[in-house]
Amino acid sequence: MISTLTSTLANFALLCTLTVSAHAADTIKIVSSLPRTGSANAQTTSMVNGIKMAIAELGAKIGESTLVYEDWDDASPQKGNWDPTVEAQNADKAIADAEVMAYIGTYNSGAAKISMPKLNAAGLVMVSPANTAPNLTKTGFGEPNEPAVYRPSGKINYFRVVPTDDVQGAVAADYAKELGATKVFVLNDREVYGMGVAAVFEKRAKEIGLTVVGTDGIDYKAANFKSLVTKMKQAGADLVYFGGTTQTNAGQIAKDIVSGGLKAKLIVPDGCYEKAFIESAGAKALEGRCFITFGGVEAKALKGKGAEFYANYKKTYGGEPEGYAVYGYESAKVVLSAMQKLHAAGTAITRAGVLAEVSKTKGFTGALGTWSFDENGDTTNRVMSVNTVVAGEFATVKVSGLDAGQ
Amino acid sequence: MTATEVFLQQVIYGLSNGMIIALVALGYTMVYGIVELINFAHGDVFTLGGFLALTIVGALGAAAVLNPDTLGDSSHWLLLATLVIGAGLFCGGLNVLIDRVVYKPLRSAPKLTQLVAAIGVSFILVNIALFWGGAPMKILGNGNAAAASKNFPEILEGSNLLGEESNVVLRLEDLAIFAVTIPLMIGLTLFVKHTRLGRGMRATAQNPIAAKLMGIDTDRVISATFLIGGFLAGAASVMWSVYNNSISFQMGFRAGMDAFTAAVLGGIGSLPGAMIGGVLIGLIRSLSDGYIETRWTNVVVFGVLILILVFRPSGLLGLKQREKV
Repeated sequence: MISTLTSTLANFALLCTLTVSAHAADTIKIVSSLPRTGSANAQTTSMVNGIKMAIAELGAKIGESTLVYEDWDDASPQKGNWDPTVEAQNADKAIADAEVMAYIGTYNSGAAKISMPKLNAAGLVMVSPANTAPNLTKTGFGEPNEPAVYRPSGKINYFRVVPTDDVQGAVAADYAKELGATKVFVLNDREVYGMGVAAVFEKRAKEIGLTVVGTDGIDYKAANFKSLVTKMKQAGADLVYFGGTTQTNAGQIAKDIVSGGLKAKLIVPDGCYEKAFIESAGAKALEGRCFITFGGVEAKALKGKGAEFYANYKKTYGGEPEGYAVYGYESAKVVLSAMQKLHAAGTAITRAGVLAEVSKTKGFTGALGTWSFDENGDTTNRVMSVNTVVAGEFATVKVSGLDAGQ
Repeated sequence: MTATEVFLQQVIYGLSNGMIIALVALGYTMVYGIVELINFAHGDVFTLGGFLALTIVGALGAAAVLNPDTLGDSSHWLLLATLVIGAGLFCGGLNVLIDRVVYKPLRSAPKLTQLVAAIGVSFILVNIALFWGGAPMKILGNGNAAAASKNFPEILEGSNLLGEESNVVLRLEDLAIFAVTIPLMIGLTLFVKHTRLGRGMRATAQNPIAAKLMGIDTDRVISATFLIGGFLAGAASVMWSVYNNSISFQMGFRAGMDAFTAAVLGGIGSLPGAMIGGVLIGLIRSLSDGYIETRWTNVVVFGVLILILVFRPSGLLGLKQREKV
């Protein structure tokens, strides 16, 4: 409590001096806006640790300027999840503080929709370690006014280091073919995420010559899907794709496929890449027949700088990093690298300068391999892993997109 | 699969799901018949029955119980019977408790007050299920992700009775549903028709004041009704869990909704109506899932309900309510 109070006071004091001197060379501030209250907290702690590691590696200095990092919460106890009000406040606070040169966040795609237009108008760079909804940056995935509505200035200030769901759906379709599937049945949970990723799967499946024998949007509150399984059996499906999450009953679908005698494999997206999925489906229904795609690889499988990150992380924090830790680290790295370049060129570090440098990121070699930001601000990194369940635990069976970098 | 096989399969699934719905619907219709209350908490009592069943299974250690060496080959059925009776008594007791604590003090209050109270009870029970699914379940090794659905171990052997090569799947679980629900329904009908308490129930349903004047202890009749309704919900929840191999804190929402629809479809207050309504809803659901599309199933179910109510406002077997003057 006292520390937050003093830091608030310090911020206030800094703000006062700043308005007087109007010169921001001495302190460079990076803030993150991630959910600290609720079930995502463990994931956030891991990402914040990653950001702190990236800053510590530079001795918290860029030239003579001191790097200051602030870890902001975008969730509220009322919601136990990200809160639009808090996210909006965070964005306003960052904009008002002239020392803030970069905004790392958000975790939830929905939260990004709130802060993106604000930060865009202010010309402050925003890097997300975890948003996967394609409509934040690409046309043709969401509303007709997306993503323009998030870019009131017309320029791009939002970047992300994590591959989007349109990549994920395609990887799933390619893997379906690899499994030898010819007739696929595509299901979705009629939610934004599930429908989006299932639509990409379906499109890609048709492109690579798989026959889509049927599609359906399930009623995920139904008791079971046995009748639907019979329908898929009748259609002769040898693979089922379900765009959905553990919460939208992926486990029940896996079970009903087995009990209904449908001899088909099942592929599900990263919304099921959590222990709770195995618990709800029961390992027996998944082993050898269910595959789960995930953006990136598990931390211990990272190579090169990623392997160094993993070793350092374990040394510094003494535990296994969560899935998104490395993305937090990489987000900070890309921002810091831009600042270093500005410093090396003898240019003052300003918001506009940092934004310009970040958007020029090409062939960046970091913990996630070598990648660039494309014209939409998305990473060119296409690394996806396909996982299955072995002895009640997730096990990686395939990693794709390693060569797609640059 | 040939068209006949597909149809046969959908009918099997429809009947199995429908029998469970019917069992839950009986609880709605009985309570409504006696106290004219739509007990919205009924579906959540059902949920807690499933949670109790999984807790019992976890505590006993399903693998140990199902080991033929300890109890012999009949251990599956013995465990199922234990669960049905255990969850039945638990849900029955819970239902009586809810009636005593919440509904009884409101008996003479306006109907809307009771209805809102029932919705409140429903919320409380859902949250109890959420809590139950967290830490308490973890102790028994059933995972502690409270909001995710939980795996329910296979209690009955899962192989296809028609042979592994057959396209139509008929499993022991399907038969078990009939083996449990049909005797319960027959028992209930006989009980209401031929026992003293059953006669009391019918009398109270017809006219509570006259029944009281005739010396019937209506409070006892009401308690018995809640007990029986709860028992049936508990039995249904066990069959639901065994059949779907999962439980979830929300399972009572859809089950309750279907059952309530079934009760209205069959004519609320009528026992055979609830049974027929339940089976019908199960069949409509399964045929719509199979022949139309899953996304349209709710539309079809409620479309049929509206259609029936247009032509028979008091349901299939419902009696025309005489206007009380």
